[in-house]
Amino acid sequence: MPKPIQSIERASAILRLLSGRTRRLSLAEVAGELGLPKGTVYGIMRTLLSVGFVEQDPESGKYRIGAALLHLGSSYLDGNELRTRALNWADWLAARTNESVRLGTLHDGHVLLVHHVFRPDNSPQVLEVGSLLPMHATAMGKVLLAYHPYLTEELGNGSLQRFTSCTITDPKLLAIELEQVQEQGWAASLEELIDGETSLAAPIRDRQGVAVGAIAISGPTERLCDDAQPRNELVSYVREGARTISRDLGAVPW
Amino acid sequence: MEYVAAIDQGTSSSRCLVFDLQGRIVSLSQKEHEQIFPRPGWVEHDPREILRNVIEVVHGALDTGGLTVRDLVAVGIANQRETTVVWDPRTGEPVHNAIVWQDTRTDALCRKLGAEHGQDRFRDRCGLPLATYFSGPKVSWLLDSAPGLRRRAEEGELLFGTMDSWLVWNLTGRHVTDVTNASRTMLMNLETLDWDDTLLDAIGVPRAMLPAIQPSSQIYGEAGGSLGGVPIAAALGDQQAALFGQTCFSAGEAKCTYGTGSFLLLNTGNRPVLSGHGLITTVGSKIGEAPATYALEGSIAVTGALVQWFRDKVGLIGSASEVETLARTVDDNGGIYFVPAFSGLFAPHWRGDARGVIAGLTGYVTKGHLARAVLEATAWQTREVVDAMNADSGIAMTSLKADGGMTANNLLMQFLADVLGVPVVRPNVAETVSLGAAYAAGLAVGFWPDVESLRANWHKAAEWVPKMDQAERDRGYRKWKKAVQRTLDWVDDDD
Repeated sequence: MPKPIQSIERASAILRLLSGRTRRLSLAEVAGELGLPKGTVYGIMRTLLSVGFVEQDPESGKYRIGAALLHLGSSYLDGNELRTRALNWADWLAARTNESVRLGTLHDGHVLLVHHVFRPDNSPQVLEVGSLLPMHATAMGKVLLAYHPYLTEELGNGSLQRFTSCTITDPKLLAIELEQVQEQGWAASLEELIDGETSLAAPIRDRQGVAVGAIAISGPTERLCDDAQPRNELVSYVREGARTISRDLGAVPW
Repeated sequence: MEYVAAIDQGTSSSRCLVFDLQGRIVSLSQKEHEQIFPRPGWVEHDPREILRNVIEVVHGALDTGGLTVRDLVAVGIANQRETTVVWDPRTGEPVHNAIVWQDTRTDALCRKLGAEHGQDRFRDRCGLPLATYFSGPKVSWLLDSAPGLRRRAEEGELLFGTMDSWLVWNLTGRHVTDVTNASRTMLMNLETLDWDDTLLDAIGVPRAMLPAIQPSSQIYGEAGGSLGGVPIAAALGDQQAALFGQTCFSAGEAKCTYGTGSFLLLNTGNRPVLSGHGLITTVGSKIGEAPATYALEGSIAVTGALVQWFRDKVGLIGSASEVETLARTVDDNGGIYFVPAFSGLFAPHWRGDARGVIAGLTGYVTKGHLARAVLEATAWQTREVVDAMNADSGIAMTSLKADGGMTANNLLMQFLADVLGVPVVRPNVAETVSLGAAYAAGLAVGFWPDVESLRANWHKAAEWVPKMDQAERDRGYRKWKKAVQRTLDWVDDDD
């Protein structure tokens, strides 16, 4: 067997290190962790940057896994593909809960709506596919943040935009809630984006277990909550819908 | 809890969906089957493979939903239409692969049948133009394909059926077909709803091999084998099933289903209406002893199949949904129009001599424009049949009820609304083919009391409203029509 190529081994070690961290790492941190000279790491990092496998934050100069690497293999899922695969079960969720259903993916620090099913009561509603929603104030956004922890850094340390009196604007409080979201497997937005409206979301995962999107129901708080708490029955429908779509995408049942 | 299962035996796959009393999907299973292409223009399926797949997906759907056969009150069948099977009832073996609706091998036979009388020779009896699409000429071709077959058919030793007949015969032992499937054979009289001797003689199909024509919703028998005891209680051609699943029960209601091909059907009530604009007349449904409902149909052969071709043969996309991603890399079609006349043109042209064209190519055109033109082809073809429908019915359509897998394509649905100039709506259950078969089966066993109770299950899941201005719409349609002209008269006698 030919000898392994040292630079590829080192590049792999760097990628593995970056993918295991929830925050960006500096060149010195990477070199320190791997016990390699900074100059060596710098050379490899330049190459990885040029092919898009790592990304560098322009302000801090720190590194993280790049989008091109996420798009390799099946952990990247086209939003149109996700809509197609989720079509029947998004309908199912709307029919079960009698609420409108939305599917979102990550896009430039926002939630991009890739699918929208009307509330099944034949009332006038407008298709919202293509619109962008804030991450920190929506249930889908919180789910995606909880399962992609490195993104929380992008929200910054300053105050987050306020939409209603319930919006979580303190990043520290948000971080505490995101831990809980990851633990319980679903998220709620209790009037945090629009007064009087609650939404409940759960992650859609692919066969690598990556959260490629989120599915949510939204409606008036009085229908979705009892005593200011999301109704258990609705939460379980949202999670079941998310699990069924994930299973269709090849995720191992959980 | 009790449920109804629908078998959707389609052109590319067989599926089973289980529905509850509210018409909501409980579980689903599907399996693709082999497309056999012995020669250019020929398309066959193996009926035994299809039968195996059908039984497998029924069990698959039951397993997925945690159900058993005993949880089903009835099974309904919706099937790819016109596809022709001939089998020997003593052995149960088909004598030939099924000849699929897209197959064009009967082109010469159809031209011969129309020679002195024209393409509309049988239209007043069966509602259909002479075209390779329909079953009758396929049966006749098959009986002449090997020595002895025609004689055995005349002596009742062979049976003919469309996919519904093949499945019901194998499941229950009864040789029947439903009236909607029979209306696609060119052998049934639209007024009497019985086989027509004039048509049988002219096309050359022995009466002895034909199934009994039954209502679409009726208990045909109980299934044996691993499905033991479940009533098989409905059969409809897939497009008629979709019309039923969209709850288009009254005259004037219409739907368009977007799949391999696309099919716009308009309920015309209890009287057949003959088209003056290239549509066909067909039976919509017959529920038990109630009078049959008729429909006008605009059949488009290639819509989703064009996207599949773009994926499998051109290879610019990895999955059908990616065509939207690629199309969105550009803002318009770059001036090109793609007329997918792969097996000639169906409605409203009915031109077997047409072949596909990409018109307007320049050096400016990119793969994004191609993807765009692939999607737009579906919308422009719909526009042509909607215009024909409006002309025949004298009433302008005010919105289009769309369903089928391609409704997942948001760009296409928006463009469709744009070129039609009316809103396009999608119902909460996009699987209207299966839902219609389930409804018809459930009605037969009393699971649902009447059709009116089914209307309450229909809900709007999405609506696309037109955003294109009239001048742009007119300019695009003018170009499309010019592109269609360029497909005609391509096939020569020595091809």
